[in-house]
Amino acid sequence: MTLTRHHGGIIILLSFTVAMLLTIMPLSDGLRSWRPDWVTLTLIFWCLALPYRVSVVSGFMVGLLLDVLTGTLLGQHALALSIIAYVCVRLHQRIRIYPMWQQALTVLVMLVLHQLLTLWIDSTIGRPARPLAYWLPSLVGALLWPFVYRFLTSVRINFQVQ
Amino acid sequence: MTIDHRQHHLDSVRSALSVLVYPLQWVVDLPHTSSEWFRESLSTRRALQEENASLRTQQLVLNTQLQKLEALEAENRRLRALLDSSFQVEERPMLIATLLSVDMDPYRHQIELNKGSLDHLFEGQPLLDSQGVMGQLIHVGPFTSTAMLITDPAHAIPVQVNRTGLRTIALGTGSIDRLELPHIPNNADIRSGDLLVTSGLGGRFPPGYPVAEVIDVQQDPGRTFSHVTARPRALLDRSREVLLVWPPGAQNPLTPGTTGKARAVVDTPAEAGSGSGTDAEPEPGTP
Repeated sequence: MTLTRHHGGIIILLSFTVAMLLTIMPLSDGLRSWRPDWVTLTLIFWCLALPYRVSVVSGFMVGLLLDVLTGTLLGQHALALSIIAYVCVRLHQRIRIYPMWQQALTVLVMLVLHQLLTLWIDSTIGRPARPLAYWLPSLVGALLWPFVYRFLTSVRINFQVQ
Repeated sequence: MTIDHRQHHLDSVRSALSVLVYPLQWVVDLPHTSSEWFRESLSTRRALQEENASLRTQQLVLNTQLQKLEALEAENRRLRALLDSSFQVEERPMLIATLLSVDMDPYRHQIELNKGSLDHLFEGQPLLDSQGVMGQLIHVGPFTSTAMLITDPAHAIPVQVNRTGLRTIALGTGSIDRLELPHIPNNADIRSGDLLVTSGLGGRFPPGYPVAEVIDVQQDPGRTFSHVTARPRALLDRSREVLLVWPPGAQNPLTPGTTGKARAVVDTPAEAGSGSGTDAEPEPGTP
């Protein structure tokens, strides 16, 4: 039991690492504003799949690292991701049985919530208003959710992450 | 927690975490670095010779200009001595750092450098490229550091017009090719094509480095201030190598010795603005 647990932990860490790599991967200027929020998608998946292993504390840790990576205020992403993790863990039994499109819509709401919290903190510290394209990542993320879900599910089954 | 960060209590936490994420940045940067390495090692002897020759010519030209500069510098010092001014021409130690090709928040103009506090970088250190001022460091970790470009909306840099000596503040706008000069009165002598150089007020940026070129001046008689925009001289989105500058007095970035008697008469706001470069006094100086 302990062996499988340890094994699974590495896979979860690895998935977050890949998500962070994708987040800071250099893209051309046109594509940059379309980049979905990979870390949040990964966090939502693990919160739905393994709510007893990945929850608020993991969200907080990942958020801190994300803050350092993207150069935002320390704690900004951490707060947003903790709240999302909390919502996910609270609702995981309901969201799990939704059909895929409805799941994607729920994910959209959570991604928008993440961006809204970040925007709120940003405007509190006096950053200027964002263009409408600021919301694109949420939309792209929700559209990609079915693929992310299938991919991470197959990873989870393959490596027997419990 | 957020408030705590604004008062710089969490800087050590951030630099510790930056060590943790350094491998990620290194991995993302790897394709670029390795492709550069491949290109270098696969370039032919002929190409290298050509490059060598062109560089040698360039160095010759630059050396010639430098000779003239030395003569001018000496003359300048003599003239200033006649005026009894305590101006100092300083040698500043420099270091070349390379950008890590990683993307940060797309709505902040920040870049990541491959040098950190192990190379004695410090927060607030000015950043230049071959064309002009790029920005300043805002976070310094052991191996990497984050710099804010002069076009970030949260950045302001004290400048002066090279032609007239008019002092003002240039604010970042959030677009990579535009700075704004909001505090220029309508009757001020400024026109498009004027070069803006750092004024050295605020004590953060060394004086005399080119910052931007005025591209547009709109004077509206109904308003107190004219609307002036400028284009940064530095290649903010293209430079891979950047120069980090140390103040001449090594450890102490704000050498109080330079604020002599005569200079204090010329630049009265110098003392007031010696806090930090980002929030220097918004009062525009008159020529």
